[in-house]
Amino acid sequence: MAGQEQQQPQSRDSEIEDDAPATPPASGDAQASAATQGVDDLLDEIDGVLESNAEEFVRAFVQKGGQ
Amino acid sequence: MRVMGSETEYGIHAPSAPGANATMMSARVIQAYAALTRQRAAGGAETRWDYTDEEPLHDARGWTLERNQADPSQLTDQPPVLDAEAVALAYGREELEQDGEDESGSLLMNMVLGNGARLYVDHAHPEYSSPEVTNPRDAVAWDAAGDVVALSAVRRMAADPQLPPVNLYKNNTDNKSVSYGSHENYLMPRVVPFGDIVRGLTPFFITRQIMCGAGRVGLGQDSSRPGYQISQRADFFEAEVGLETTIRRPIINTRDEPHATADKYRRLHVIIGDANLSQAANYLKFGTTAIVLSLIEAGLAPRVEVHEPVAALQAVSHDTSLTATLRLLDGRRVTALDLQWIYHEAAAKLAQDTGVGDAVDGDGHTHALLERWASTLTDLDSDRTAAASSVEWLAKLSLLEGYRQRDGLEWNDARLGLVDLQWADVRPEKGLYHRMLARGRMDRIVDDETIARAMTEPPSDTRAYFRGHCVSSFSKDVVGASWDSVIFDVPGHGRLQRVPTREPLRGTEALTGGLFARHKDAGSFLAELLGQTPPPPPA
Repeated sequence: MAGQEQQQPQSRDSEIEDDAPATPPASGDAQASAATQGVDDLLDEIDGVLESNAEEFVRAFVQKGGQ
Repeated sequence: MRVMGSETEYGIHAPSAPGANATMMSARVIQAYAALTRQRAAGGAETRWDYTDEEPLHDARGWTLERNQADPSQLTDQPPVLDAEAVALAYGREELEQDGEDESGSLLMNMVLGNGARLYVDHAHPEYSSPEVTNPRDAVAWDAAGDVVALSAVRRMAADPQLPPVNLYKNNTDNKSVSYGSHENYLMPRVVPFGDIVRGLTPFFITRQIMCGAGRVGLGQDSSRPGYQISQRADFFEAEVGLETTIRRPIINTRDEPHATADKYRRLHVIIGDANLSQAANYLKFGTTAIVLSLIEAGLAPRVEVHEPVAALQAVSHDTSLTATLRLLDGRRVTALDLQWIYHEAAAKLAQDTGVGDAVDGDGHTHALLERWASTLTDLDSDRTAAASSVEWLAKLSLLEGYRQRDGLEWNDARLGLVDLQWADVRPEKGLYHRMLARGRMDRIVDDETIARAMTEPPSDTRAYFRGHCVSSFSKDVVGASWDSVIFDVPGHGRLQRVPTREPLRGTEALTGGLFARHKDAGSFLAELLGQTPPPPPA
């Protein structure tokens, strides 16, 4: 989890106000913790591939009608 | 099981050139892929589309819409026309003269591929129409092959410093009120009354989205209400039955273009599905629909009628808890899961009675399909984590919920909109579905080698085999092709030879493989095909 903010490429428009605290496992359940860790890893990876300016990128995706 | 095929219109976007003409960009996609196939096979491996048998205004209910009554977008039986200014703008005059034209002097907007598929510009999107296949596993393979075709075109364009990079998305809406389709086609005997199809399919189509919806951030056509829903397409449907595909979209589409012997077959044109990246969702979409059509043909479709189908379709899409109930005309209230189980039970019984569903002696597909259908419904009810490896809207939702929890995002946050959009990017390094697949979080139905082969090879068991091999073996002598014809122009023969392929289950490898093996020359190939020279005696 540490360093996740640095991996976020300039998400200017959608940046959250304060750093999200590292989420502690909700319980001592090792399986749930492993699952949470898996999701965190996945989100860290996806932070690195998301287009950089979410708001502008989404706004510019305008399609002409289709079937 | 049944002859079927898919059509995918890709969303197209050039981030560095936001004002670019979508039709021109789509044409560049086709050009880019044509350039690749020319490299792959000397002499080219694509041919032009033949529009002769397109009949988009024939209505399955028994009439034909007048051309002057039709919306211009319904006139899909004529090639799109690009004016000179748009062409010059997009290509630059020099490039146009050298490379942008084919030999007959017009832009190639429409091609037939060596795998039997069609790749073309449909309205303002590049579209890949898969070759005809006979089962849902092959439907997944040749539909996914289209995504690789799209990816190849994206890569080719990205490597050209003269062109702005173009991204393609396998989704169905821009979330700003526009939708574009992914269609399915199923071959049926014409003798089945169309009213039976409407009655039998409507409740099934209202509810199959819980297995094969691709998920969408935003509610309403223009996404003006924040939230998440099961289907990309549901909010764009406004009618129960109709001919249109671009306006007043109907749950059951009546376009009657059989692309086959018309008094024997109809091609059911299904426009309600989401484009699926999840292989398992795509497999269930094609497989369960094919099986329900068998129920309808046998007169054994469940007798259920949903009150106000269009509203019910949207209610199901908006209910990610899967607990909302639908009112049936007989007074019962059932959930979408209940309705799917009703169809599953009827399909399983028919498969058992006819023997096609037997694990050993069945048709090789129905047994596995019924099992997966049942396990998916069970998981949707009791184990959503398990279901998320195949159900696309749940897989996407797990990612979105991860972001919402980690970063405290509301549904109208642009980053969630971006996750929804980028889910469908066809590039493996950028597409979020592909990232999930690479991490082993999504089930596979076919492996990457099978998909790669399907990009260049046609299915062996339909007429697509003949079409695809004509294109890849005799490209320079084939001047056009369509679903039901291949047109040759062989030097020394005075006129064009049009070979009709109106029987979807002929032209297979079993029937024509030897012919292709015996002839490297189109002239002698045609002579034997048309009976002018005798085939060799059996060895």
